[in-house]
Amino acid sequence: MVKVLLWGSLRQAADGLTEVEVDAGTFKALLDRLAEAYPGLEPQIRRGVSLSLNGVIYREAWFTEIPPDAEVVLMPYMTGG
Amino acid sequence: MKSIPVSTTINGDPYEFLCAPDETLLDVLRNRLGLTGAKEGCGTGDCGACSVTLNGRLVCSCLVLGAEAGGAEITTIEGMADGDELHPLQRHFIDGAALQCGVCTPGILVAAKALLDKNPDPTDEELRYWLAGNLCRCTGYDKIIRAVQAAAAEMRGA
Amino acid sequence: MAFDEYQKREFKQVGKRVRRPDGVDKVTGRAMYGADATAPGMLWARILRSPHAHARIRSIDTSAAMALKGVRAVLTGADLPDQEDVFIRDVQNNCMAKDKVLYDGHAVAAVAAVDIATAKAALKLIKVDYEILPHVTDVDKAMAPGAPVVLDGRSLESVPAGMSANVTEHAEFGHGDLGAGFAKADMVLERSYKTPTAHQGYIEPHAALASVTSDGKAELWCCTQGQFYVRTLCAAIMGMEASQLRVTASEIGGGFGGKTTVFIEPVALALARKAGRPVKLVMNRDEVFRATGPTVHSSMDVKIGMTKDGRITAAEAKLRYSGGAFPSGTHSFGAQAAFAAYDLAAVRSYSWNVLTNRPKEAAYRAPGAPQAIYAVEATIDELCQHFGLDPLDVRLKNAARKGTKSSYGPTFPDIGLVATLEAAKAHPHYSAPLEPGQGRGISCGFWFNFGGNSCVSLNINTDGTVGVTEGNPDIGGSRASISLMAAEELGIDYDRVRTIVADTSSLGYNDVTDGSRVTFAVGLATIKAARDAVRVMCERAAKIWGIDADAVEWKDGAAVPAGPNAGKFPPMTLAEIAAVSFETGGPIAGHHEVNVDGAGVSFGVHIVDIEVDKETGATKVLRYTVFQDAGKAVHPSYVEGQMQGGAVQGIGWALNEEYIYGEDGRLQNPTFLDYRVPVASDLPMIDTVILEIPNPGHPYGVRGVGETGIVPPLAAITNAVCRSAGVRMHELPMSPPRVLKALSA
Repeated sequence: MVKVLLWGSLRQAADGLTEVEVDAGTFKALLDRLAEAYPGLEPQIRRGVSLSLNGVIYREAWFTEIPPDAEVVLMPYMTGG
Repeated sequence: MKSIPVSTTINGDPYEFLCAPDETLLDVLRNRLGLTGAKEGCGTGDCGACSVTLNGRLVCSCLVLGAEAGGAEITTIEGMADGDELHPLQRHFIDGAALQCGVCTPGILVAAKALLDKNPDPTDEELRYWLAGNLCRCTGYDKIIRAVQAAAAEMRGA
Repeated sequence: MAFDEYQKREFKQVGKRVRRPDGVDKVTGRAMYGADATAPGMLWARILRSPHAHARIRSIDTSAAMALKGVRAVLTGADLPDQEDVFIRDVQNNCMAKDKVLYDGHAVAAVAAVDIATAKAALKLIKVDYEILPHVTDVDKAMAPGAPVVLDGRSLESVPAGMSANVTEHAEFGHGDLGAGFAKADMVLERSYKTPTAHQGYIEPHAALASVTSDGKAELWCCTQGQFYVRTLCAAIMGMEASQLRVTASEIGGGFGGKTTVFIEPVALALARKAGRPVKLVMNRDEVFRATGPTVHSSMDVKIGMTKDGRITAAEAKLRYSGGAFPSGTHSFGAQAAFAAYDLAAVRSYSWNVLTNRPKEAAYRAPGAPQAIYAVEATIDELCQHFGLDPLDVRLKNAARKGTKSSYGPTFPDIGLVATLEAAKAHPHYSAPLEPGQGRGISCGFWFNFGGNSCVSLNINTDGTVGVTEGNPDIGGSRASISLMAAEELGIDYDRVRTIVADTSSLGYNDVTDGSRVTFAVGLATIKAARDAVRVMCERAAKIWGIDADAVEWKDGAAVPAGPNAGKFPPMTLAEIAAVSFETGGPIAGHHEVNVDGAGVSFGVHIVDIEVDKETGATKVLRYTVFQDAGKAVHPSYVEGQMQGGAVQGIGWALNEEYIYGEDGRLQNPTFLDYRVPVASDLPMIDTVILEIPNPGHPYGVRGVGETGIVPPLAAITNAVCRSAGVRMHELPMSPPRVLKALSA
């Protein structure tokens, strides 16, 4: 199981939780499981999210492997100027 | 409106063109004569990207009418280098990384040369006030001031 | 993809202050910018813009304009398709209004004619029947109950029920027990701030030259930060296939985020299709201010608790951002960045995006961060003053470092903030004496930085020179940096490499030049493309020598036999291998295509000395020093240039730049005379200190440097003004009239 930290305003879409657990070995699986377990998160995932894995931010990268005990944080999809 | 025939000298070469009475010198240079080195950043004389000299005087070519160029001597950025030989200002701008996007560069070079022609040894303050009519949004002016001073020193033989 | 790629090495090319390849073109006036291109048979276009902040378009009568001699095409929103995708619909409607105009300057029609004078005359013949609607241009007023609704039904599910329909998004970040944290503080300070809309102020207005043939093939030449993204947006709006639309990025006269989307490009294409002739469309400065993508404007509340020895016990920020007339996500970047510099046990940031009748915000250097960090850094400074603490010591005491749980969630890996703060503290500027009446301010800054999609093709020419083809417009010397990295990896001299920026038909997709990504991500792809070419060159040498490719390695620009059984052969240089490439299998090239992550976040610290003239309220910047981590400065001059340019844009934002709207909802200062960006005589030299703390995610340790520099000046100058003039300002810009008002209060 992977612990995923959500940002605060997603709480309402995840049964009031800001930390949820899903069974996933890659980012793609993680996003799919999240959307299945918490349908309220699905619109945000579809619009785009970034993921931080052990402090490094990824924007897409479906097949990035999530090692055991990794810190995974869901973040808004990032852009810059 | 009837077009006006104009004969002028640009960078030492004779030019003849027809322009509308309300057409700016900048539009003439860019759209009729293919001299696109002068840029239009504002069209109101605030940014200096269109700087040229008219009879030795530094002007914003967006504030000058094409018809006013009759019989005048105009210099533009295209006339600054001597063939393949860059002017010291041009060389120091490249060597000193005094440009980033480069769109203000032609105007700043023309303006800086006009200053050095009159005052070969300006203080930083004199230079900064002289160039206050030439906006640069990339560099913060630091490297521009240094490059102009380096070129000025070289030109003075210092 | 692993990010333990950085390997320490002695650089031979990287780090040199070489001449940029586009330098001569740019100092001689030869460089071709957006407005410098022409095409045979070209028409000139102009756009008719709304004089109203908010109105329904009842009808548009273009018949008289069409009938004018010399007019070849007239376009209105009705000519463009109905878009299903809501994002594309917003982009299209921003380029050309459909049913409603949403801000002063919103495009309502366009004309292509044989010359500019005819196009302008035709605009005057277009009759638009407007039903004027109530408007709102202020973020706080737009959030209030009963405010005019800019667009209805656009609130995302994250917006709490009961808010104004103008609130489109909401985000919250943070952790810990705020109440307990504030209870531990010796002082809890609550302050509110406002920042104005600022414009990127690039000197080159947007320009496009479009040609569409009757068999559906199109060419577009324009000044943009991302030709591939322009293609994506224009193809969607035009209903074209990407392969049929070739977009070429001209030299770009500044962007800073403002040229990351489209404004006139689809209009030029649509007119060109209608007219059956090439169309050139160039904005004037008034249009750039009124109808491109400036920043959000903001209204913010910050609450920070501190102990008397300078430990922050809890911190909270509420950020109300307006990104103009269409939904914007920038608020969430502000909320994430607000407290990123600090190691906090209890922290929360809340943000909202609010629609107003202003042009849709586009990115501007670290979008969303300068506002939030300004509010936080000014509040911290006020607490430092209250307790009589050194503001750098307080930052050091609370600084985020490796292992800190960041305010936006992730635990920080190696970051350079403490080293940057220590460099600032040790610098002579920080201890230099001040004259009476002068004030010194400091601030931290932060930006995320990104990588993104990058394609590089690297060709080994038969004469031993190298051509690099990449797809990102060069906005500040990146072609030089990319050539340096290619030369480094290949082991040849910089002068033998030339890098060009390709059009959309010549490479795979490249993300926009944004997020400080190009030297980092395109550089990484270049290094890998060079390694790919090196692999081929080693194979060729191995064939020539009749040994295994594994037994050849690349050293100092040449293939050399390696290992005990490789045999003894003299090294074969790149030029020697290239010279016989036709004989050994054909042309040699390397390429690499990747979506890069691992950019690594960026911190900066600025110190500024100023003096406020109490008679006029004018603030003079006396001394300025920027400290920032570049990972590895590939071309130090252009790294310094980014730091200096960013700082000066921030200085302008702090002191003078603002959008001023009248009661009528019209922009009152759409000129460089009245929207005053810093000029040379406003400024001192901008000193820079580049720190080089390698980014583990890049082979050479490179970190993006473009954006962070704009963040600290807003608070640094606010803090300095307070220490010079004795007044604490809570609204930007601190223009002379506002400072005078504060002084007399």
